[in-house]
Parts: sequence; structure tokens; C-alpha cells
Amino acid sequence: MLRRAGEGGHQTSPALPQGKETVLKTKDDSESRSPVSIGGVTPDSRLRDLVERLSGQKVADCYQCGECTAGCPVAFAMDLMPNQVTRLVQLGLAEEVLACRTIWLCAGCQTCVARCPQLVEPSAIMDALRQIAAERGIKAPEGEIEAFHKAFLNSVERSGRVHEMGMIAELKLKTRKFVKDVPVGLGLFTKGKLSPLPKPVKDRAAVKKIFKELRKHEETADE
Amino acid sequence: MSSAPDNAGPMKYAYYPGCSLHSTAKEYDASTRAVSEALGVELLEIPDWNCCGASSAHGEGHLLSTGLPGRNILLAEQMGLDIAVPCAACYNRLAVANAEMRSDPGLAEKVSGVVGLQFQGTSDVRPLVDIIVNDVGLEAIGARVRRPLEGLKVACYYGCLLVRPPRVLGFDDADEPMTMDNLVTALGGEPVTWPHKTECCGASFSLTRVDVVQKMTGDVLRMARDCGANCVVCACPLCMTNLDMRQGGIESLTGEKIGLPIFYFTELLALAMGLDMVKSCWKMHFVSPEPLLRETAAV
Repeated sequence: MLRRAGEGGHQTSPALPQGKETVLKTKDDSESRSPVSIGGVTPDSRLRDLVERLSGQKVADCYQCGECTAGCPVAFAMDLMPNQVTRLVQLGLAEEVLACRTIWLCAGCQTCVARCPQLVEPSAIMDALRQIAAERGIKAPEGEIEAFHKAFLNSVERSGRVHEMGMIAELKLKTRKFVKDVPVGLGLFTKGKLSPLPKPVKDRAAVKKIFKELRKHEETADE
Repeated sequence: MSSAPDNAGPMKYAYYPGCSLHSTAKEYDASTRAVSEALGVELLEIPDWNCCGASSAHGEGHLLSTGLPGRNILLAEQMGLDIAVPCAACYNRLAVANAEMRSDPGLAEKVSGVVGLQFQGTSDVRPLVDIIVNDVGLEAIGARVRRPLEGLKVACYYGCLLVRPPRVLGFDDADEPMTMDNLVTALGGEPVTWPHKTECCGASFSLTRVDVVQKMTGDVLRMARDCGANCVVCACPLCMTNLDMRQGGIESLTGEKIGLPIFYFTELLALAMGLDMVKSCWKMHFVSPEPLLRETAAV
């Protein structure tokens, strides 16, 4: 794992005063933390650690200035604003944040990354949350986007390169939206931009090995 | 590596076309090869390259999203060359993976072990537009112009992945990049001043949330038009797909006419340099550039 929280360029954030820290933590050992219920909501005190480990981001460094949200070009379509996603992770509100549309609607355009004054990378937090949501079997509210990512990676795993026509066929089978985009699909085909047959890499085993050994290598479960 | 062909050896790069340039962006590949050859830039395709994982692999974990581009970097290191990448998305994935492997020996070791080649960190990853403009140089390019692009008012669209994140990429300014603007000027065209140079087009949502792409791409296109552009130039197959292929849908959604042809920067180069091959590119576009080119006599 590359950028564990607290390593690399980031400084470990100063410890909170003891009294405050014990509001949510009963003991340092995560195994023996007892859940604390606040207003009927039980925070998942390990969510932040997990996101930090997967994303390499110091989630606690976010001081909620909202710069990420102000610059986000997809904010108009999101249910939670990007700074709210980070805030929910800080608070350990796993149920809310893992079920939101925002983590699937992040386009990965890196505008937030370029603008964050605290050098937090919100898009990396979104990536980590998608992984955790998938791992925990939480249904993605943006099913088509999830299906696209799966179809894309299946295509790469099969042949080492993306075969657009095969990927689109798989996406349509999964989403059952057969008539969507037929005109542009036909346009791509008649312009010779979609090949009926894949052109795989020669060393398919090499790419399969990358998937086998490097996919899900990072534990998303609680340790 | 740098400088003009007359005072250095031949400019030679490991070429990573990426999946799009073999399918939806064939005209980008063809014009890239033609222009590079004409300018003395030798592109040697990385043998048996694989997909970089683009916008999907990083949702499956950091290791996979480094390993997929990593194999291509290791293959290029065997060639002893820097890597030229025309697609902005591929460039981003390869450059980020390269930077992370350079700074994290443990990660480099893991990828090296799986690929079976030792990472050395000797190949730089560079966008093709950077190589053309900064290695060949605008002066050498200007000397090759046969048909100046007079009458073309060009909105230079860089999109996201060519310039962000600036802490890793940084071949040009992340908010006000000028590489393509300077190129357009050298080719005799007129770059327009506009604020959406690095806005996002919606990229990979092109096949799923078309409504989201129509809003994002529509905003970019309308801004280009309102700032006086009569065409847009880009350096990314995903940008091209959204700006070109989705333009008709955006027009019928709002009932307005946008009518902006979209070019790859390599097509504008081929056009200005009088390379005949470029005519075969136009039929690959959804918004035909031919009426504009006839009108401006740039044909």
C-alpha cells in the first residue's frame, strides 16, 4: 500500500485533548470500542481509519472550507456535496455516506484535488468509499455507473485492452437499456470506430496476473 | 530529451496509443503518426501494451490502478525511451503511476514482481502535445506551415486530466494552460480567450449518465461559442467523444444551434502543414468540420 495515512508528505495531525477524544473512543484498541449512539445514530468509529488506509488521505485534515464543493463540476447532480462526504467520514456515519450517489458521480476530474488548501484529495476518498461500499454489498444508487466500471474492467481483464463493443454489450445486458443511445452507437459503428472483434494483447496471462495479484489486495475489511 | 531535430539526434519516444486510439479515436492515431513523422518525431509503439485502467481501475484499489499502467512503463523502460501519450486519460494514469512508483520503492517492488521486470524509474511519461510543442518547438512547426489556419477562431480545451493534479503533472498551468493556444497561433489561427479551458466534460459518464454529460459538455460548448470560437481543439479522445458525439443530443435537448466542429490538435497540425491524410479524418467526426473549412478557405 502506497500512501498510508501519517506517512509520506503528511504530518500526523496533533492529538486531540484526551477529554475530547474519549467522547467517541472508549479505548485505543478498536476491537474493544463500544458503539456510542448519538441521537439514534451509531457512528462507525473505524470508517475513518479504513478510508485513510485505502485512500492515503488524512481525512482529519479537512476543515470544511468547502472549496472542493465550490469547484466541483458535478455538484449539481450530487445528493451530498463533496465536503459533506468528507465530514460524514470524519464522523463515522458509514450508512449515510456509503449509500450516497455522490461517490459514484465523482468524475475524478481532480478539480478538488488541485484546490484543497489542506492537500486532501477528495476524489481519492470517493474511490475508497466506492470500494468499501462494494465490499460491504451496499447497492449502488447509480447502478448504471457501477455496471459501466465492472464491464470496463471485465473487458480489460479478458483481453488486456478495452473492446468497446463487447463492453457496451455487457453494459446493456446488465442495465437492460437496449434502446438507449442506439443512434450514436450506430454512428460510431458506421464511422468504423467500433470493431466487432476484440484485439487482445498477446500476453494475456500477464494482464490476468495483474488483476489476480493486485486487485483487492488492500484489505477493505476491518483489521 | 528536448530540442530541435537539427541540433540533436532524432527525437524518439516509446508510443502508448491506448485503447481509444485503436477504436473511437482512430483519426487521432492516424493524424498523430502522420504529423510526428513529418516533424521528425519517431514514435515506436510499446510492444504488447495493455489498457491503463482509465477511469475505472482506481475505484478497485490503488494497487490495480498502478499495476495496469505500471506494466506499460516497465515495457517502455526496456526500450530506453520516454513515453509519448496522446490520450489525456492514459497520460494521467501513466504519469501518476510513474510518480508513485518513483516515490514509493515498496509499491514499485510489488508491481515489478507481478510484471516480472524491475522498475528503474528511467522513463518520463509525457503528453504528446507537450512533446510536439516543446521538443519540436513552435519555430520549427511554424516553418512547416503551408496553409495558415486563417479564419479559425479556436477555443483550446484542455479538460481535466492533461493538467491535473498539478502536483504530479505540471507541464502547463493547471488553471490557465497555454500550450495549445500557442500552437494555434503558430499555425496561423486565432485562439480565443475563454474561461472553460480546464472544465470537465463528464468523461466516463458518456455511456451511463448522458443527462449529466449533456449539462457539463453543453456548458463547455456554449461558453466556447459565446466567447467567439468557431471551433474547439482538444487533446483527449474522451473530450472529443463528449464534445463531438454528444453535441447533436445537446442541441436537440435545448433546441439551440451550437454547430462547433471539434478537432484534435494533431488534425489542425496536419491541416496547416498541408498533409493530405487529414481529409480522411473528417468523415470520422459527428460534427463535420468541412463547412467551416470551406468557409474559411482553410481546406
